[in-house]
Amino acid sequence: MISLEHYLTVAAMLFVIGIFGIFLNRKNVIVILMSIELMLLAVNINLVAFSVHLGDLVGQIFTLFVLTVAAAEAAIGLAILVCFFRNRGTIAVEDVNVMKG
Amino acid sequence: MTVTAMAFYLFALTGVGSGLLVVVARNPVHSVLWLILSFFSAAGLFVLMGAEFVAMLLAIVYVGAVAVLFLFVVMMLDVDFAELKGGMQRYMPLGLLIGLILLIELGLVYGHWNVADSAQALRQSPTPAIEDTHNTLALGQLIYTDYIYLFQASGLILLVAMIGAIVLTLRHRDDIKRQNVIQQMHRDPAVAMELKDIKPGQGL
Repeated sequence: MISLEHYLTVAAMLFVIGIFGIFLNRKNVIVILMSIELMLLAVNINLVAFSVHLGDLVGQIFTLFVLTVAAAEAAIGLAILVCFFRNRGTIAVEDVNVMKG
Repeated sequence: MTVTAMAFYLFALTGVGSGLLVVVARNPVHSVLWLILSFFSAAGLFVLMGAEFVAMLLAIVYVGAVAVLFLFVVMMLDVDFAELKGGMQRYMPLGLLIGLILLIELGLVYGHWNVADSAQALRQSPTPAIEDTHNTLALGQLIYTDYIYLFQASGLILLVAMIGAIVLTLRHRDDIKRQNVIQQMHRDPAVAMELKDIKPGQGL
């Protein structure tokens, strides 16, 4: 029988893969953004799993809002990326030093 | 093994495997395609859990919008991705270490998980019986009544994101010819052209 723990394990593995991806692709912003999407997906799986397990619909509603914010974040992130590529001709993270931060 | 268990393991293994391939793939286009497979597997898991609406939303929003957005950006930018992959071996041990530590921590948390006795009583909005109200209807009734302000706020977030993305990527190029409507409309025929009376056989 498939229990809550099974879904939580899948979500934990996806979350760790997301973090691993950020460390592995330190230079490539596009893959970092994709890793963040994977982590948000893991969070969504967690929310839905608990929502179904407890019989509380609010978890699924929060999933909806996480989805919204993830979509907005991807759109803004990629727009900044395109803008940066036009100005500098590269997307390598270590070259992002225009503001000397 | 029941059909449900088999479907779960199929979706779970596909999701985790394709998630891993997202981060290790050499070509970012392949990464995006693996990301799409991962999203589809997660949607399958949601269907197994009985959250059909969120599953369909995942397929539409993530696969249809976000992943395609990634695909367009990856294909439009002329970047040498092989060069960006250079330091992968260098960061591999650190990433593996931190991933392992985090996995152990999450395992510790989930290994000693207890649901409180009062959890059932503390539910904000219990799921109605599936015979009375199906998932989409129940979610809709909840979103448009109790969570209407949060729903409006998320719409506002999307609007701000849309305007932001357009403002960021819109650029005015000076080196191309473009139509000037005002100038066109204010063109005076009396000044712009001249009528000449040509006699036959003479020419200008």
